[in-house]
Amino acid sequence: MKNPLSENIIKIKPSGIRRFFDLVSEMKDVISLGVGEPDFDTPWHIREEGIYSLEKGKTFYTSNSGLKELKQEIATFLKRTQNLTYNYEKEILVTVGGSEAIDLAFRAMINNGDEVLIPQPSYVSYEPCAILAGAKPVIINLKAENNFKLKPNEILEHITEKTKILVLPFPNNPTGSILERKELEKIAQICIENDIYVLSDEIYSALTYKEKHVSIAEISEMQDRTILINGFSKAYAMTGWRLGYACASQNIIEQMTKIHQFAIMCAPTTSQYAAIEALRNGDKDVEAMRESYNQRRRFLLNAFKEMQLECFEPHGAFYVFPCIKEFGMTSEDFATKFLMEEKVATVPGTAFGESGEGFLRISYAYSLDTLKTAMERLSNFITKLRTK
Amino acid sequence: MRNEILAAIEKNSRIDLKELAVILGKEEIEIINEITSMEKEGIICGYHTLINWEKTSLEKVTALIEVRVTPQRGQGFDKIAERIYKYPEVNAVYLISGGYDLLLTIEGKSLKEISSFVSYKLSTLEYVLSTATHFILKKYKDHGTILSNEHEDFREVIIP
Ligand SMILES: Cc1ncc(COP(=O)(O)O)c(C=O)c1O
Repeated sequence: MKNPLSENIIKIKPSGIRRFFDLVSEMKDVISLGVGEPDFDTPWHIREEGIYSLEKGKTFYTSNSGLKELKQEIATFLKRTQNLTYNYEKEILVTVGGSEAIDLAFRAMINNGDEVLIPQPSYVSYEPCAILAGAKPVIINLKAENNFKLKPNEILEHITEKTKILVLPFPNNPTGSILERKELEKIAQICIENDIYVLSDEIYSALTYKEKHVSIAEISEMQDRTILINGFSKAYAMTGWRLGYACASQNIIEQMTKIHQFAIMCAPTTSQYAAIEALRNGDKDVEAMRESYNQRRRFLLNAFKEMQLECFEPHGAFYVFPCIKEFGMTSEDFATKFLMEEKVATVPGTAFGESGEGFLRISYAYSLDTLKTAMERLSNFITKLRTK
Repeated sequence: MRNEILAAIEKNSRIDLKELAVILGKEEIEIINEITSMEKEGIICGYHTLINWEKTSLEKVTALIEVRVTPQRGQGFDKIAERIYKYPEVNAVYLISGGYDLLLTIEGKSLKEISSFVSYKLSTLEYVLSTATHFILKKYKDHGTILSNEHEDFREVIIP
């Protein structure tokens, strides 16, 4: 028999920490700090619009690139929040989550052997999606001493003639690190000088705790070089609705839409109606959730300080990324032992790239009460380790 | 900072002040001072407990009563409202726009107790034109809290 499988897909390694997650899902009564999605329900008025749309019988495909009204609202939203101007008819594509948008962007832009710069630790899908599109992923290992920010010289060190796209994953999952305007300006300059496109994954743009999120597309001459990716999962607590979008210049969006049209047809209709409501009337919900996250973030940082666990202050997303190097264990060993002994699940930093070794991702998409119990257990656990 | 404190303690008046300081990113002493000032200024008027009486063995009946009154020259509705809110069985008194003037909430041990309060005390007051009593059959949500709700976490373990 012929091998039924594609060599291309076999090349992609399954997540190295699968074992760890199998363990997590088997264990009972675990406090989990491992989940990367909001704990809030989608705000009721948004859910209600989804329900109304079903009641009215809006159960058909939408146009491939998404409902006109939704694309208009996305354009208005980007104008209002980031002063970005996108033509809703030609430069916006509604997708099945930010995830699909990431995949489409690579597939629409990559020629075999093109290089994609991927800073890590970062979200797990960039590397496999880039490989599936035929790219050679070039990993930039971000450094703890820079608070996991991407530094201009780190980009320069990895650029070759083949470099086509830089993935810019900020606010970052798993580190919570953000980039500010000044830092983005330097990165923009490098991209312009070296003719590099930027895939800017801004899925956590609504969740920053220092200053308002800045998109690299806002920096002059960058909009045409940027594929801006965002969505509804994190900001509006809508992960299960599977809705996101990409904004880029017309020629890129056209080709992305082609793939989307043939592979997906269109993003879920019910979700699109709900998303219109989210953009129109969801600001106060986002604000309230951000305030809750911020309170929890402060709580965790203070708890780490009290147990003298090293952690830089993250200003975005809903993760903290404490350093566990002092215990002389790998992240996976630490997380496994912590899970077995204290029944708290966290995610080993190595799930997000080798440079996550020595760190732990802790999500604060959990109630303060849950976090409190978990921190008591963490404190117990590391006290035991230190006295050994 | 006041609004943030109020928002937090409105939901949980028993929150540990040290913890409140941490989550708001302030010093504990600042929080204590603000709360003390707000108590003095009458912004914070009390610390109550939200109780689901249905789950206790105690019999309790709550009613909403709409009251139409004749406002008094020079004093509007305030005087008559005062006459009403002085009764200890009256829980709340609001001046309302629309079809009637005052809305009261009243708690009693039984329907009979409340009806006798309405017929003997309330409706016989001078300036009270009419009343309409609505007994509450079930409380689903009170003070922003859903009373019957056990919130389940539906999130599944996924490999990030
Ligand atoms: C950085 C980042 N990008 C993209 C996604 C995908 O989000 P979605 O497909 O739900 O929009 C996630 C989800 O965890 C993420 O953390």
